[in-house]
Amino acid sequence: MKFALKILPKTEVLDTQGRAVQKTLMSHGFKLTDCHVGKYLVLEIEEKSREKAREQAIAMAEKGLYNPLIETYQLEEI
Amino acid sequence: MKKVGILRFPGTNCDRDIWKSVELKNQKPSWLWYQDHFNPKDFDAFVLPGGFSYGDYLRSGALAALSPAMESLREANQKGFPIFGICNGFQILCEAGLLPGVLMRNKEGRFIDQWVDLKLRNQSLWSPVKINQVFRMPMAHADGRFYIQDQDYKKIQDNGQIWLTYENNPNGSVGDIAGIMNEKRNVVGMMPHPDRALFDWMGSDDGLEFFDWNLS
Repeated sequence: MKFALKILPKTEVLDTQGRAVQKTLMSHGFKLTDCHVGKYLVLEIEEKSREKAREQAIAMAEKGLYNPLIETYQLEEI
Repeated sequence: MKKVGILRFPGTNCDRDIWKSVELKNQKPSWLWYQDHFNPKDFDAFVLPGGFSYGDYLRSGALAALSPAMESLREANQKGFPIFGICNGFQILCEAGLLPGVLMRNKEGRFIDQWVDLKLRNQSLWSPVKINQVFRMPMAHADGRFYIQDQDYKKIQDNGQIWLTYENNPNGSVGDIAGIMNEKRNVVGMMPHPDRALFDWMGSDDGLEFFDWNLS
């Protein structure tokens, strides 16, 4: 089973990467009010059951793939 | 003579500096490898040196925090052993949950390498001891902006867990924080490098005091 973990900085946390990308894009004439840079992890899990694979993916996220203090994550099957 | 365990991860690069610092204070340094468990009772204290463990992949310190040696370090913490993390070592301790908060990319997004003045705010189990004493030493990091949620900031403030603050806050840390400690005060972490301020010829010997471990 293949799952993807989409990790984004929380909105209340200063996202230095997002800010830098936004400023650069704006210097090229693009108009945007916000921009965030996160991470996208692809996890190929050795598990046939979709539910068990999902549980495994969540366990991996909780183990430390994201830091709940500053980030949120979304899980999707791919 | 106190025996000090120095943890090495792939990418640790201040390990020799810590070894020398420990030797300068007539303590006995000893290497600990990240893939090995250890028995805390064989040591008196532990140091996590600076560097770029795992090339700062995922988040600074995040992968090192999951290594086998850190399981032994958790055990050492439960038994109240003194644990000291510097720079990347501080990041690892936060990611491992042994210290509150997290270290994020500096406010201006740049690696900052400069001399800073630090003020001692509260006393830990470690030296130094004079409250409000100011120390001068180098900082050298990209991910040193200490972040903690408002309610937890208030909590560490009330508990006296703020160890060191910057006089000029170069990286945008919450509350000017350069170093903190856990509630029991046996675990401390700081971003600047006392191990790079050991002699006058280095520019300052203020860091020497941070290796004065007169532990009972």
